[in-house]
Amino acid sequence: MPNAKLMQGNEACTLGALAAGLKFYAGYPITPSTEIAEMCAEELPKIGGKFIQMEDEIGSIAAIIGASLTGRKSMTATSGPGFSLMQELVGYSSITEVPIVIINVQRVGPSTGMPTSLAQGDVMQARWGTHGDHPVVVLAPGNVKECFELTVKAFNIAEEYRVPVIVLTDEVIGHMREKVVLPDQRQIVVSNRAAPSTPAGYLPYKADQDGGVPLMAPFGAGYRWHVTGLSHDETGFPTNKGEVAGNLITRLMRKVEKAEPIIRDYATEATDDCDVLVVAFGSSAMSATSAVRQARAKGVKAGLFRPKTIWPFPEEPLKEIASRAKRVIVPEMNLGQLVLEIERLVAGKAPVERLGKVNCELFRPEEILAAIMGGSK
Amino acid sequence: MSDSLNYFRQNRLPHIWCPGCGHGTVTGALTRALAKLGIDKNNVAVVSGIGCSSRAPGYLDFDTLHTAHGRALAFATGIKLSRPDLKVIVMTGDGDCTAIGGNHFIHAARRNIDITTIVMNNSIYGMTSGQYSPMTPTGLLGTTAPYGNIERPFDLTKLAIASGATYVGRSTSYHVQLLGELIEKALLNKGFSVVEAVVGCPTYFGRKNKLGGAVEMFEWQKDHAVNAKAAAVMAPEKLEGKFLIGELYNQAAPEFTAEYAALVDGVRRKYDNFQGGVRECAQNSD
Repeated sequence: MPNAKLMQGNEACTLGALAAGLKFYAGYPITPSTEIAEMCAEELPKIGGKFIQMEDEIGSIAAIIGASLTGRKSMTATSGPGFSLMQELVGYSSITEVPIVIINVQRVGPSTGMPTSLAQGDVMQARWGTHGDHPVVVLAPGNVKECFELTVKAFNIAEEYRVPVIVLTDEVIGHMREKVVLPDQRQIVVSNRAAPSTPAGYLPYKADQDGGVPLMAPFGAGYRWHVTGLSHDETGFPTNKGEVAGNLITRLMRKVEKAEPIIRDYATEATDDCDVLVVAFGSSAMSATSAVRQARAKGVKAGLFRPKTIWPFPEEPLKEIASRAKRVIVPEMNLGQLVLEIERLVAGKAPVERLGKVNCELFRPEEILAAIMGGSK
Repeated sequence: MSDSLNYFRQNRLPHIWCPGCGHGTVTGALTRALAKLGIDKNNVAVVSGIGCSSRAPGYLDFDTLHTAHGRALAFATGIKLSRPDLKVIVMTGDGDCTAIGGNHFIHAARRNIDITTIVMNNSIYGMTSGQYSPMTPTGLLGTTAPYGNIERPFDLTKLAIASGATYVGRSTSYHVQLLGELIEKALLNKGFSVVEAVVGCPTYFGRKNKLGGAVEMFEWQKDHAVNAKAAAVMAPEKLEGKFLIGELYNQAAPEFTAEYAALVDGVRRKYDNFQGGVRECAQNSD
């Protein structure tokens, strides 16, 4: 196995980004994500890429949007406080449809919180951190290998749909080391944004109104187009017409809604006949997997649904599996964020139990097992 | 004239600026400087933040990027580092550049990244109708300084020089010829260049402070600006209440994207067998 390596999640994210075609990184040091910046600083010059350590996280996301406009695949990495600072420009990336990838290695918050400890408190920030309706895609790796795979996927989604994509890992996934067998580069499917063929008649935001993705010209190629965070029409110039602005927002949201069945990604374990369905993501799902297996060993029909795309959530698969369950349990390292989406989807057809935890320590499988067994008495 | 008109998106005109505003004058000076240098408009990116002055790129026929408040230089840094062959110009205002964007300004200057920054200083937040800015003179009025501004203003040119900019100049919308010359030299400088253009805002700054209309504000510029060369031989008391115009700093230093390119060359020579993608370098074995 020539490509088998012991590596941590942050390293796997970086390798995934490079495999997907990363050529530009801008970032600001922040625990527990810094290894990504350090690796990019070392690796990007070797492939003619660019790295810059910016003066803050706002500058970092601004710089990657600028670089992406020139046609280079660009990303940044951060954690909670830095992710909060980036939020205004997440919206800028959404409305201008400039593809970027953000790795957010979650830590304990709010504020400075506990920089080196585990939490999954950014589920809602990742979806709704910037103001206004906006499209965004959030992927959640459940192990080190998936850090690689989902970072590749993040770039592909960003390129295909021209949206900001957030890879939401956490302190445990980011720093945990596992053996990973990397795929051969030739087997990795890499997407690139669709570009126009000629500047003549180029309308930078012309797209099928029902969630279409416009063609994107790089800066410096003779298209001389205008990009603004103001509501704009298909020419790219600002508009004061409410209807045009509304159509833009609707199309941007429809892009991701339409993409959901295509980009949806999840894993299941023992869900065919499960009475107790556990829904968990990221590091919590590692403990949940063990708990489900232990419950099965005790004769309890437990199953696991593990979303890898959490925004947009894989709605239909969850609804289908949950429709057969008697109970749903949602363990997560916060006091109830993803569970709100699960409650919405299960819609009262089964009780949804919250299993929130904020003491900074990874779930022990027994804690989740106790919850599974608790309701089975 | 026709040469510089060629740099405008003429179908986007007329502009939104008020009568007597200096932003159009500055934008005109920029296009004339570009025309004089014969710069290919396919090879230029103009970046702005938020505010009256930041609307300028929308009227210019280049790749143009109207960003978020204060962030123009950070976006421009990404563009320039990614495509060092592009001429990158930032058009910003006193509030956009020195308040919300102050951090990016000093760091872009520190890096000496080859970006030409034109700061239109009208001493007020015009777009939001007249609040005081970090460059509103002490004692003058804004809607958020109804009893007079008690804060001290930045001297932007000194800030730029201290931060590491390699070309710094100041002119006004009255001294248009000088403004064009400074912008031209700024465009030619291989490094971070700052041209402050003192402009009038008759609508908010002028009216609030009873400074008169557009003509009176031009006269104020004429009466209070002193050329740096003349100032060098003037007694200090004669310079009281005046401000300097002209070239204030011009000294070469290593430019960021050139330094990065040299770094890349060195690294690639060392790892010339590296194929990209997954790490293959002995140095990186785990």
